[in-house]
Amino acid sequence: MEDATDRIARPWGARVPYGRHETWPARVDTYLADGVEPGSVQRWVQSASILHSDGDAMDIAVADGRMVGVRGRDVDRVNRGRLGPKDLFGWQANASRDRLTRPLVRRSGQLVETDWDTAMDLVAARSRELLDSRGPGSIGFYTSGQLFLEEYYTLTVLARAGIGTNHLDGNTRLCTATAAEALKETFGCDGQPGSYDDFDHADVVALFGHNIAETQPVQWMRLLDRLEGADPPRLLCVDPRPTRVAEHAAVHLAPRSGTNVALLNALLHETIRHERIDRDFIAAHTVGFEELAARVADCTPKWAAEICDVPAARIEEAAELVGTADALVSTVLQGVYQSHQATAAAVQVNNLHLIRGMLGRPGAGLLQMNGQPTAQNTRECGANGDLPGFRNWQNDAHVADLARVWNVEPETVPHFAPPTHAMQIFRYAEQGSLRMLWISGTNPAVSMPELSRMRSILSQERLFTVVQDLYLTETAQLADVVLPAATWGEKTGALTNADRTVHLSCKAVEPPGEARPDLDIFLDYARRMDFRDKDGGPLITWDDPESAFEAWKRCSAGRPCDYTGLSYAKLRDTSGIQWPCDDRAPEGTARLYTDGISWAGPDMCESYGKDLETGASQEVVEYRSLNPDGRAMLKAAAYLPPHEEPDEEYPFRLTTGRTLYHFHTRTKTGRAPQLNDAAPDVWVEVSAADAERLGLGEGDLVEVTSRRGRLRGRLRVSGIRTGLLFVPFHYGYWDTDGGSGPGPDTPGRAANETTITDWDPASKQPLFKTATAALTLVERGDGRPSPAPTTTASAPVAAGSVPPTAGGPAARTTQQEPTGFPHGHEEGAR
Amino acid sequence: MNGIDLTLRTLHRGERRLAHELVAVGERHATEHEVHHVAADLARWSREHVRRLAETAAERGVKLGEPPEHSADGVFATLRKKASEAFGHRPEPGLLLLRDLRELHVAAAENSLHWEMLAQAAQASKDSGLLTLASACHPQTLRQMRWTNTMIKNLSPQILTSL
Repeated sequence: MEDATDRIARPWGARVPYGRHETWPARVDTYLADGVEPGSVQRWVQSASILHSDGDAMDIAVADGRMVGVRGRDVDRVNRGRLGPKDLFGWQANASRDRLTRPLVRRSGQLVETDWDTAMDLVAARSRELLDSRGPGSIGFYTSGQLFLEEYYTLTVLARAGIGTNHLDGNTRLCTATAAEALKETFGCDGQPGSYDDFDHADVVALFGHNIAETQPVQWMRLLDRLEGADPPRLLCVDPRPTRVAEHAAVHLAPRSGTNVALLNALLHETIRHERIDRDFIAAHTVGFEELAARVADCTPKWAAEICDVPAARIEEAAELVGTADALVSTVLQGVYQSHQATAAAVQVNNLHLIRGMLGRPGAGLLQMNGQPTAQNTRECGANGDLPGFRNWQNDAHVADLARVWNVEPETVPHFAPPTHAMQIFRYAEQGSLRMLWISGTNPAVSMPELSRMRSILSQERLFTVVQDLYLTETAQLADVVLPAATWGEKTGALTNADRTVHLSCKAVEPPGEARPDLDIFLDYARRMDFRDKDGGPLITWDDPESAFEAWKRCSAGRPCDYTGLSYAKLRDTSGIQWPCDDRAPEGTARLYTDGISWAGPDMCESYGKDLETGASQEVVEYRSLNPDGRAMLKAAAYLPPHEEPDEEYPFRLTTGRTLYHFHTRTKTGRAPQLNDAAPDVWVEVSAADAERLGLGEGDLVEVTSRRGRLRGRLRVSGIRTGLLFVPFHYGYWDTDGGSGPGPDTPGRAANETTITDWDPASKQPLFKTATAALTLVERGDGRPSPAPTTTASAPVAAGSVPPTAGGPAARTTQQEPTGFPHGHEEGAR
Repeated sequence: MNGIDLTLRTLHRGERRLAHELVAVGERHATEHEVHHVAADLARWSREHVRRLAETAAERGVKLGEPPEHSADGVFATLRKKASEAFGHRPEPGLLLLRDLRELHVAAAENSLHWEMLAQAAQASKDSGLLTLASACHPQTLRQMRWTNTMIKNLSPQILTSL
């Protein structure tokens, strides 16, 4: 079956159909750089992808100390050898000429090269000065969803127990905070209930605001293979864009932005009205059914149809689909998490599974997805606005237990209020009470909402900003100290994907110049700060990835995310393993809640919950009376209209999102030629009806304006919902004359110039899907099409009107049946 | 006028005031985005309470007014927003924010006590319509209080230790 496929033109490759309840057949995808023959690869080094949350296991090909390609690991159950376009081509960015190779410090307004000692001494000196003069609340850390577990854990210990600040969060706030919050609200504790293997068994898969074809392309390959096999599943797609998922869906709903709660309440209404519920499951495992039923009693499809602008008959069809499935998988992503009433809506999907008893068995899978590769680790290690190991900051016993693990006094760990979320950290920086912000592995000057505000915060004289990254990003250009970091393939660490699968990613090559692993940078800082435990010993007792992993195992012991049964050696020998993994489950755990709800008891839960509409915290007393026996909680929520409605001045709704070929702010994917060429610049999607009404056409240069700012892009007339604009969020300024932002000759390019600063009150996730905007013509197109890909949800409405996206010879990869070649760990990949 | 009518009137005034204050506080702290947006959501509840109180009172022959019409484009609203933006880079408005949240909490607590009185009187007089009204609205008033309490709890450590 070996062939050469252009995996830009055919992103999901060839089909290997399989039937329901069968094992997904393997297919090994390989890409080697031009001119590299398979025989010239000297080592294959075990790893997994960090360009999305799927956790695709792969081996890195090394020759003469350089990365020369990648190959999927067929032994791994997550991807069975398959790789997506970003996995295949993204690694090339490691060798980009503009990698940072030396630390930079700002002198007389300019960033100049320096040595590590000078840079780190400066950071440590400023930290000490601020601790003395203003206290720990003046220092904050904003990290990523793209580092490794060992790095987050180390950062958490040094921030929470070393500095003693409450201000540590990740950019996971932007991608996965609602997933975590929704799980806490329903199950009392974070932890993904389902497994990707549930896709093999489901007869209905419902995707809520989840364009899986572009966000987790390898799981989409799995669904495509099932769709072509025996007894295929039927799909429900809720998305305002004509995604590939929508194309294959039995029912596609394209609701008005910001109305998910209304739609989901109608689905619950229908499910209950038709008695499509599992009364035994509800009685045994849940609380709150009567109230939920009462609260959705009036939420008829007709009622929701008005709000969502979707025909009531379609809502009834959708309800029938999810209500009559015998094995339902639901997945949820940014169309819910980054939209109005995010947590309230995500929780209603949990409710649907609970009242239907669709939990804890093959094919009955609930997947609250993540956006980023290591977001799960940010969450479990406590770098995402929670305490490590899903401990409850409001529970003194949990805090005492954490203090015991760290050998510090409980009062050393701030727990007087919830760990500060990212949006509030930036607000504290804006009003001046936070004076030092250390940003690692993320680019808020492009990824946060309302960028003019972000730039004004980051460029304040009084704010000391440390940025740790691979490149001189838009954010790094505004920093006081820039630290060059090593990345995937240049350092070793563990990472956990959206279905709790832990992978080991090994060092394959040396980092460029003086760049260092993020772990080494944090450890260096901790040494310079001389953080101590309560007995005067060093607070941080580890010095490399494996010893950090062992330290994390001790912190995770007995917690829901128990890693004690894992080790580097075991991960090398077996590929991915799903946590919890301990002596009771040494091979890991495919599904949570197979035997009832395990972590919702008042003394065990991670959170006592919040008011879904206001975000107000509940206290333990209320929790005990609501849920004394630790069951799953059915929480209802009323629909509230979005905070910004279209008007005469800003008549469109604006949503931002991802395209298949790029990740985040394009720092890596923009430096991989095949990926960059597939989607080289920003575009704006509009419906055919709106384009015709405004006299606009494909390729016209348009301006999108909102109350916050403006951007320019070439128009793509697509099958998107009428009244809605879509702008991809990947594009910034590092590859323009503007550098860090728009300038006199650089018009706005980033989607977030226009987005609103507003967040879900429960999860604190910012809302990127509900701004309003105006659209105007800047100049007519010159016949060239918009730079939007044609292979994805951005496809032109008139097929064939635009040359198809293709990668040509440079994007040829091989797909073959597994042949029993040796994998990374068998070839001394240390 | 009996005691129930008097309580309806007092509560109606209290909910009107809270609706107005929630919107005004949201505008005064436009750079505190969570307060800005959620306060506006919570004002909806109070406006709805005002409407329902007026309806119930009318059935009893007592005339009470409509909910306050709050136009976000009013001169004072614009002034409040502009002032908030002008001081967005200063820490001192944090104290004002805590004061405003405290005042909202106290106003909601007063309303809550009046809802309690109304519910008690409804039970004593076997007035099921009145009891339904109190049972529907009072939980939202308690949620308004929980919100102000949470915001104060979360924000005060940073605001009070950084001045």
